[in-house]
Amino acid sequence: MINGQLPALQVVVPLIAAALCLVLSRPGAAWLITFAASVVSMLVSLLMLEEVLQSGVIDYAFGGWAAPFGIAYRVDIVNAYVLMIVSTISTVVSVFARVSVASEIETHNQGFFYTAWLLCLTGLLGIAITGDAFNLFVFLEISSLSSYVLIAMGSDRRALTAAYQYLIMGTIGATFILIGVGLLYALTGTLNMLDLAARLPEVADSRTARTGFAFLTVGLGLKIALFPLHLWLPNAYAYAPSAVSAFLAATATKVAVYVLLRFVFSVFGVEFALGAMPLALGLAVLGSIAVLSASTVAIFQQNLKRMLAYSSVAQVGYLALGVSLATPAGLTATLLHLFNHALMKGALFVALGCIAWRIGSSRLEDFAGLGYRMPWTMGVFVVGGLSLIGIPLTAGFISKWYLVLAALDKGWWPVTVVIIAGSLLAVIYIWRVVESAYLADPPAQTAKAEAPASMLIPAWLLAIANLYFGSHTDLSVGIAARAAAGLFGAAP
Amino acid sequence: MPEFPPFALFYLAALAAAVLPRVPRQVLMLAVPVVSCAALLQLPADLLVSMAILDLQLEPFRVDRLSRLFGILFHIGAFIGIVFSLHTRDRTQHVAALAYAGSAFGAVFAGDLLTLFVFWEMLAVSSVFLIFASRTERSYGAGMRYLVIQVISGVLLLAGALILYGQSGSLRFEHIGLTGAGGTLIFLAFGIKCAFPLLHNWLTDAYPEATPTGTVFLSAFTTKVAVYALARGFAGTEALVYIGAVMTCFPIFYAVIENDLRRVLAYSMINQIGFMVVGIGLGTALAINGAIAHAFNDVIFKGLLMMSMGAVLHMTGRMNGSELGGLYKSMPVTTALCIVGAASISAFPLFSGFVSKSMVMVAVLEEGHPFVWLALLFASAGVFHHAGIKIPFFAFFAHDSGIRTREPPANMLIAMGIAATLCIGIGVWPWVLYDLLPFTVNYTPFDGSHILAQIQLLVFSAAAFAWLKVAGIYPPELHSTNIDVEWLYRRLAPRWALKTVTVSHRTAQAASQAGKGLGRNLMRLVLHHYGPEGTLARAWPTGSMVLWVAVLLAASLVLYYL
Repeated sequence: MINGQLPALQVVVPLIAAALCLVLSRPGAAWLITFAASVVSMLVSLLMLEEVLQSGVIDYAFGGWAAPFGIAYRVDIVNAYVLMIVSTISTVVSVFARVSVASEIETHNQGFFYTAWLLCLTGLLGIAITGDAFNLFVFLEISSLSSYVLIAMGSDRRALTAAYQYLIMGTIGATFILIGVGLLYALTGTLNMLDLAARLPEVADSRTARTGFAFLTVGLGLKIALFPLHLWLPNAYAYAPSAVSAFLAATATKVAVYVLLRFVFSVFGVEFALGAMPLALGLAVLGSIAVLSASTVAIFQQNLKRMLAYSSVAQVGYLALGVSLATPAGLTATLLHLFNHALMKGALFVALGCIAWRIGSSRLEDFAGLGYRMPWTMGVFVVGGLSLIGIPLTAGFISKWYLVLAALDKGWWPVTVVIIAGSLLAVIYIWRVVESAYLADPPAQTAKAEAPASMLIPAWLLAIANLYFGSHTDLSVGIAARAAAGLFGAAP
Repeated sequence: MPEFPPFALFYLAALAAAVLPRVPRQVLMLAVPVVSCAALLQLPADLLVSMAILDLQLEPFRVDRLSRLFGILFHIGAFIGIVFSLHTRDRTQHVAALAYAGSAFGAVFAGDLLTLFVFWEMLAVSSVFLIFASRTERSYGAGMRYLVIQVISGVLLLAGALILYGQSGSLRFEHIGLTGAGGTLIFLAFGIKCAFPLLHNWLTDAYPEATPTGTVFLSAFTTKVAVYALARGFAGTEALVYIGAVMTCFPIFYAVIENDLRRVLAYSMINQIGFMVVGIGLGTALAINGAIAHAFNDVIFKGLLMMSMGAVLHMTGRMNGSELGGLYKSMPVTTALCIVGAASISAFPLFSGFVSKSMVMVAVLEEGHPFVWLALLFASAGVFHHAGIKIPFFAFFAHDSGIRTREPPANMLIAMGIAATLCIGIGVWPWVLYDLLPFTVNYTPFDGSHILAQIQLLVFSAAAFAWLKVAGIYPPELHSTNIDVEWLYRRLAPRWALKTVTVSHRTAQAASQAGKGLGRNLMRLVLHHYGPEGTLARAWPTGSMVLWVAVLLAASLVLYYL
């Protein structure tokens, strides 16, 4: 009967593990619990993905309370897919975190760190699994609050300011989402997404619905860091502990994009959200600007974590472009990029984490000769970079390829130009790093000094995944295409 | 190991060579061509491996009579080149040579245009290291120019392939023909690699700058891959007949006045490729057979000549005709081997050049191109002149330069010996080669008229050289720079560019005197917004972030209400 309880376990396991962490609070034990909880979550999400792919949607009523009154969890392919991404990344990055965190965070804080990590994981998984709009807000707050804590633990003093700014902006975003959900509740009298989808069409013409939609889209725009609402992100990622940067960059914005997709496609419906409302145009324009402007900014960054953060803003641009096409092909590209971007950014941030652990810096000028001092780590960085650029046979190429095809299919060739220009800009900012690491005159001390295996193995796992999913697309494209068809076809 | 493409084996070997110490590396390098060639011979006569990537039907490995012949040829060329370069301690060259040979295999066994493109570019990228490996400033410049031109060729190929794909929905590499934009672009791409007139300068510019051993590899692969591609894609295209005829003739003049003996050979290479291009252009069975047989022989005898010059360069450090001479006293074996190569390229009966070149000549007459035939005849005389006589004469005889040296290392001699044996062997038993050709051969090289005509040509040509030399009319070997088309881009274009820059600089100065430099302003603008402390890059105060949120909310409310 354990299979029937999978949706509950998905959230409950990390939540209880978080409490355990707080009680035990010894670094080693806390890490072990985190790792174990991540692994269990990953297994649960994989089992659910398998089940959803085989036999369709899983419904789960919490505590036996039926849908409109109790909280319903509803897992379709999109949910399962996002849950899989989040829990897998958490597992891989938590392996890397043990050594990284030990060097960046004081011993007496490490227990709290892992508690916050698990709470954040709980929140992200909860957002992705729940079928209840208010419950979604609650999980959003759990994940946000814990991520403020995680970021504030960065060893740089600027981490505090960055976390504070993120706190303000994140809270505004969450408030907007709450206001949006509240307005919808006032209008329809329900918080269940299925019910909302059923009742909204009748009242879609009202100002309340439109105001609710405006608050939701702007609030979600903040959470996904859509240009120009991305300003909180660069510093937050740049000054957070290395493991947190890797974890959040690969998961947090992805989950927010999932929420946007859920509201746009499942709750409001394509006709209203992308047809009657000019959201598609807004996403296309802002997405294009994000790709071009954030990539250009990334070129001039000296702090590579900040460079990757700007690159993330650009990647959000690609995701937005895919949604704005409002076709199943475009949505497939977005969902695909959700996964592939998690892989590449995960690999890149983990590689930077290894470097930061060894040389204590992530500034470009300290990278001279690193290609020879840390060949394995730089190998990961190069693979991740190639994937980010979109070189054939890497995962990044696949999602860009599908995005370009979708744009051409729709006849939006300017979007194609933007995507290609973005890739060229990515070539420049990745090349700067490669040039510095391999071609610049190395400093006097050039003895080999690699990161330990516990950091290198997760890094290489991610790098290999980039290569694997660059040449074996059946799995990723297959699931993304089915998920996109599901979002287009039916309510949640 | 069935169906294991040769390029994979060579690439793996290149990877291994990058880490192995010297002796195991040498063993590996010798073993790879042998093993790979044996595997190739085991394969069935026709083989097509296809796979689908992203809706594209690709055929990365195709064996038929044509590609098999080139495959065998390249194995021979690679083996000889490897033996010749075995002594070098330069790891870069070994790795580059293996990767380069692997790319050549990939290209000739490519069944579709996309695979061909990939290896086309790999050929360029891997071979350029053989030029860089000279580690001189000249070689760096020549290598960069070489790389740029080769990459342009690849880009043209890709563009043409995509256009064809758009039209026909297939990427298969079959007969293309000079029709439409796609065909023309591919033709140009092949033409660059094949050193068509006006597109040839990368060859004469870069090959003489490569290392003594590198040139041997270079002369074996790049242009022959292009000949193969032309034979596959453009057989029977009439334009090729005239292009080929020009290719056979014009390099002669440059070769006669050129001082650097390896550059002489580079020019003579264009001349020899001209014969093949003419044959491909005719497109008859005899002509194609002749062209391909000639490509086969050319790899071996041109390799032999390049090796003998490489040996001279290796031992003396000099390559100019004016500084060499009299070396036969100290390098008798090299001299003899060089003369075998010279006799082969000049098409002496019983040497390999004779059995293939005359096939093309006969085909030209059969197809009714008397003027082209005359041009080829002139070119044959010219070849004998500059490659057959000039090379051995100025290097080993002529005036005694006073250089006393020794024979080159044993591995060099062995490599040259293998090539010389093949030259004579194919010259005496051409049927071994004929059996491999794509079409059945009913051509007998050794009949009275062929032999007589060729002997006449050679004797008179030799007489002309002797007379010119005695009469003192023959252009002396001088230090000089001979101007070829590359002058356009090495002198004229930079001069223009310099002029343009000067003018625009003045304009910019004028502008900055009036106000601010336009370029600087633009950069300042970019830096102002995107630079490290730019508007878009700096950390914003929380207040203004919130302002943006408000702006966006207001905007969306307005938009949604409309």
